[in-house]
Amino acid sequence: MATMTYIEAIRSAMRDEMERDERVIVMGEDVGVKGGVFKATEGLQKEFGEMRVIDTPLAESAIVGVAIGAAINGLLPIAEIQFQDFIMPAVDQIVSEAAKIRYRSNNDFHVPMVVRAPFGGGVHGALYHSQSNEAMFCHVPGLKVVVPSTPADAKGLLRAAIRDPDPVLYFEHKRAYRLIKGEVPEGDEVTPIGTARVAREGADIAVFTYGLMTHFCLDAADKLAGDGFECEVVDLRTLRPLDREQIVASGRKCGKVLVVQEANLAVSVASEVAAIVAEECFEYLDAPVMRLGGPEIPGVPFSPPLEEFYMLTPAKIETALRKLAAY
Amino acid sequence: MERKKVAVATPEAAKEAGLDNDQLRTMFMHMVRARVLDERMWVLNRQGRAPFVISCQGHEAAQVGMAMALRPGYDWLAPYYRDLAVTLVIGMTPKDHLLATMARADDPNSGARQMPAHYGCRRLNIITGGSPVATQVLHAAGAALAAKVRGEDAVAFTSLGEGSTSEGDFHEGLNFAAVHHLPLICVVENNGFAISVPWNKQMPLKDVAERAHGYGMPGVIVDGGDPVACYAAMKQAVERGRRGEGPTLIEAKVARLTPHSSDDDDRIYKPREELAEEKKHDCVLRFRTTLEESGVLAPGDAEEMRAEVMREIDKALQEAEAAPLPSPESAMLHVYGE
Repeated sequence: MATMTYIEAIRSAMRDEMERDERVIVMGEDVGVKGGVFKATEGLQKEFGEMRVIDTPLAESAIVGVAIGAAINGLLPIAEIQFQDFIMPAVDQIVSEAAKIRYRSNNDFHVPMVVRAPFGGGVHGALYHSQSNEAMFCHVPGLKVVVPSTPADAKGLLRAAIRDPDPVLYFEHKRAYRLIKGEVPEGDEVTPIGTARVAREGADIAVFTYGLMTHFCLDAADKLAGDGFECEVVDLRTLRPLDREQIVASGRKCGKVLVVQEANLAVSVASEVAAIVAEECFEYLDAPVMRLGGPEIPGVPFSPPLEEFYMLTPAKIETALRKLAAY
Repeated sequence: MERKKVAVATPEAAKEAGLDNDQLRTMFMHMVRARVLDERMWVLNRQGRAPFVISCQGHEAAQVGMAMALRPGYDWLAPYYRDLAVTLVIGMTPKDHLLATMARADDPNSGARQMPAHYGCRRLNIITGGSPVATQVLHAAGAALAAKVRGEDAVAFTSLGEGSTSEGDFHEGLNFAAVHHLPLICVVENNGFAISVPWNKQMPLKDVAERAHGYGMPGVIVDGGDPVACYAAMKQAVERGRRGEGPTLIEAKVARLTPHSSDDDDRIYKPREELAEEKKHDCVLRFRTTLEESGVLAPGDAEEMRAEVMREIDKALQEAEAAPLPSPESAMLHVYGE
């Protein structure tokens, strides 16, 4: 086991996979000489050359669309979108093309491509460097969506995504890059796509969450433990397809459910998790399903009081948990 | 800008392009085959047997000439919905497309999941296309990139109408290919109309190929009614691509002899005199005349070819109609890999 930051784990996954399989290439804005604006691809161009680590023109649709074509012609591209906020010009390529290529060709073609993009707020990034847009992609059959919360899963999920035969959106929380450190297995470990992880066991309240919020939920759960309430914190890890089995098991076991995400709540991952709980755990519930997320405003505002208003914190989560515990 | 407006397929032009008489006959046969198949699809539509048809009529010379300069199964293609003749030259069959027209399970393009004319065939490196226009330019650039990364000399062909050049993906694809010197050949089949909107509402230039200057690549204008000129232009672009010298933009000036699709009525926006003039210069007739005048086709050859193609298409249609429809549950298959 080696201790790594979240971003080191991401880089390490790319490096290992590029070494293991020469079909793997990295492409995006600033990924080459600079090694990415966050340094996720630092050193890769030096090690693997300009043919496999490609500084592209500043054009998101091209980054993804060219990656699709390269994937169809035998490569395993990792396309980096510099911020998830800027993925919108590529949505046609992701949703109309990548997601539908296997289906529309009746299994003749498929797109083994990864689109990496940093998401999330709390870094003074304001409206366009803080978004959490994962829900819109979770709606789309043909896509897979993963969000690691730990360095071990950052590496394991990225490896799984690169080896997956279908398009995988890999969203990494930018505030976690250097904030979160952890043990990463040395070997060829893969985190299977579609499996959630029980980050903390408990029997009183099931908390479903993902990304950086997993850590905030664990902190809040510790606060409640002192008062005799044990939360089961489930890190969803894959948002499409959701690990329905784990959601149902933890929901039934605890009878109370809180879903936590940084994104606003309307038609979101939390909505889907709550719907699954309502469908499958109804007779086991002791309280209405509770959701906690960002407010219904267009983005995370810049000024510190505004940003703090938007962002969840362990304290805000603790308050919600106490309300649910008292129900 | 390079302009190729040679007189139609003179023996000298054919010789210069490296085409012998057999190849010229093959070229003509492909054009006839595409035309007859296309016409048959319209008949099926008007009989109520096929819900949707979109046409290549008027584009055959450009499509056949260009496709004959590619290596089937080696080069990559990301064609658009009018490229029926392109797919036939590369190796798809009338039966393949009639299965799609009749929405049959064995349609090799999509298993009848997509509307007809959304071409795709793994075996022949014809990349599956969707309905949003110009997205395929990027896929072709990506296929070209992969070939380059592996050090192969395959090229990627993509095509679109002049209306689709207004899309951002057209710009992004050409720019990407030019910056990275990719072996991409982008063909704009300019028939003057995007459904009903004329070319001058898409661009302030008469020639799409002029835009090539802005991308730092050669832009070639070719008479899309002349298959030999199209072949020659494409051959040059392909050779340039194989040598690693980068992409080429080719604009073929063609005529659209039908409405946009079976659901369109072009009488509202296209003057009948304009259509009549275009039909006078119908590329299939034009090429036939040239080949007959130069003796490549003997009297009666063209009729015989047409009859042969009709027989092929009659048989293909019988087989396609007898083929099963997809089972309802099969709708759930192939969302993800196994």
